[in-house]
Amino acid sequence: MEKNVIIDLRNVSKSFDGETILDNINLSIRDGEFVTLLGPSGCGKTTTLRLIGGFLQPDSGDIVFQGKVINDVPPYKRQVNTIFQRYALFSHLNVYENVAFGLRVRKCPEKEIKKTVDEMLEMVNLKGFGKRRTESLSGGQQQRVAIARALAVKPKVLLLDEPLGALDLKLRKDMQTELKKIQQELGITFIYVTHDQEEALSMSDTIVVMDSGKIQQMGRSEDIYNEPKNAFVADFIGESNILDGMMRSDFYVDFSGKRFKCVDKGFAPNEAVDVVVRPEDVDFVPVEEGMLTGEVTLVTFKGVHYETIVDIGGFKWMVQTTDYHPVGSKVGLKIEPDEIHIMPKSEYSGLYGDYSSFSEEFDELSEPEEDEEDE
Amino acid sequence: MKNRVFSAKAASAPYVVWSVLFVIAPLVFVAYYAFTGSDGGFTLVNISKFFSAYFDTFIRSLWYGVLSTIICLIIAYPFAYWLAHSGASVQRTCVMLVMLPMWMNFLIRTYAWMNILQDTGIINAALSKLGFDTVHMINTGGAVIFGMVYNFLPYMILPLYSIMTKIDPSMLDAASDLGCSKLQSIIKVVLPQSVPGIVSGITMVFVPSVSTFYISQKLGGGSFDLIGDVIERQFTLSYNYNLGAALSLVLMVLILVSMFFMRRFSDADSDGEVLM
Repeated sequence: MEKNVIIDLRNVSKSFDGETILDNINLSIRDGEFVTLLGPSGCGKTTTLRLIGGFLQPDSGDIVFQGKVINDVPPYKRQVNTIFQRYALFSHLNVYENVAFGLRVRKCPEKEIKKTVDEMLEMVNLKGFGKRRTESLSGGQQQRVAIARALAVKPKVLLLDEPLGALDLKLRKDMQTELKKIQQELGITFIYVTHDQEEALSMSDTIVVMDSGKIQQMGRSEDIYNEPKNAFVADFIGESNILDGMMRSDFYVDFSGKRFKCVDKGFAPNEAVDVVVRPEDVDFVPVEEGMLTGEVTLVTFKGVHYETIVDIGGFKWMVQTTDYHPVGSKVGLKIEPDEIHIMPKSEYSGLYGDYSSFSEEFDELSEPEEDEEDE
Repeated sequence: MKNRVFSAKAASAPYVVWSVLFVIAPLVFVAYYAFTGSDGGFTLVNISKFFSAYFDTFIRSLWYGVLSTIICLIIAYPFAYWLAHSGASVQRTCVMLVMLPMWMNFLIRTYAWMNILQDTGIINAALSKLGFDTVHMINTGGAVIFGMVYNFLPYMILPLYSIMTKIDPSMLDAASDLGCSKLQSIIKVVLPQSVPGIVSGITMVFVPSVSTFYISQKLGGGSFDLIGDVIERQFTLSYNYNLGAALSLVLMVLILVSMFFMRRFSDADSDGEVLM
């Protein structure tokens, strides 16, 4: 085992009322890392966090903290603190006393408490707010109090359960930057739970993609985006065209009735695979030069680019380019070999990656919902 | 606009009539009788009797009231906490059981307890059957306080239970997360968060306890006279309406003053809200 691993989940399973929420999870988190547990509602990410926090006990398997099994250690004895989904500030105490709470429980001397609280309030930009009642603060400010309160007791690991879910987009972006900054300044481990893939990509050192109680993929943001392991990951992180294909030999793959050069190898000859092409990696070319040709069925202006849906032999591709092609026009598509990513078939094959049912409205509806109860 | 004001007034009319007839008018009568003698002339004799002839009785009532309120609080608080953290069906059943005695007449319940606590009552009969010595319970101060606690306990449990179900459970998680053991999080979070319920429960038990009558007559055998009994006797036996009214008035004022201080005290650290 690596030396600087701070938290280790070993074969952890958990179920509620006979429903399996976590299915044999293995996860090692290194000290000082910003780790994000990413997944849709009910994937088990909040349960994982609550297991680490000590609010739940695993049915089987071990939770190891700095080399010691802590399955039965209650939350108040763990060097781990949590930022709760709805902040959970103490409404009977003012801002100062909220931040001082953990220090008072530890019976720190008054002078030290004042010093730490002032430091914490300054770090989260709430200097001078000490006397305010927590209800009188905005959502963003309450969030900052929660952060200051958790960090005041100097935890080794900070757990954050969708902390920015209740904030508006602009504030969320600011807080993302700020949280990342705080994490780097303090150098402690952050374990962050979210269903927002953009948030995960921009903040994390390591992303853990979860679905149906299993870890689907774990890795750096770039690796997860560029080399997704299966159709679920490819679809959940960013947009993807996912096609049925067949590896002919190393570096050659067939899909959409054509043969393409690619950079992947190591598959058996004629092995069925899933082929991923990111919408931004496809270029429009004149029809006669196209590797694939099709007809535009929908165009949406997105600001930085046009999102164009192209029907190629019944399969609808999403293409993101700055070129505009009106609905009904014939277009050719060009894909470079290194823009093609090959994945082995999985239980998720065929479920994702075709944009035939795609429309603006559908996009809105399929946004992951706030998972209030992720259990 | 005018119409709306008019209709609002019309809608409130029954309540205005009701409170004038049944709240304000009786109070005026009480005040009138309290400050007049049997001849109808102004006098303070009756008022002063509260502090001379009946002051010991008042102190006993106060003491019994405080005692039974404290006992109710001690019993009700852990029970309400447990209940608020139980499953939905347990909560429903227990709230129902707590309210059940209220459906029966207060006099009947007190008579029932007389039977149970008597020297030849159910408990003592059972004790002697089992070969133990019988215990004298009826006609003691303890029996009177027991009767008060039994009668007023639901009024303590319900406001406490209702406030405890409103405490955000994630606040308890947060307390535990920040280093509180179970007991510490109760002291540091549940207790301060439940102050409005405590104030409301104390009010609802203390006020009727101090002014209660009948319980002391039946369970105390007449040797533990409370101020409520004295007042009752002025109206039902002595027909001294003036003295009865004077004693009621002083008692009412003293209770109001104590409630006022209690609210002030609880307002200091929370916006205490008395459910009455």
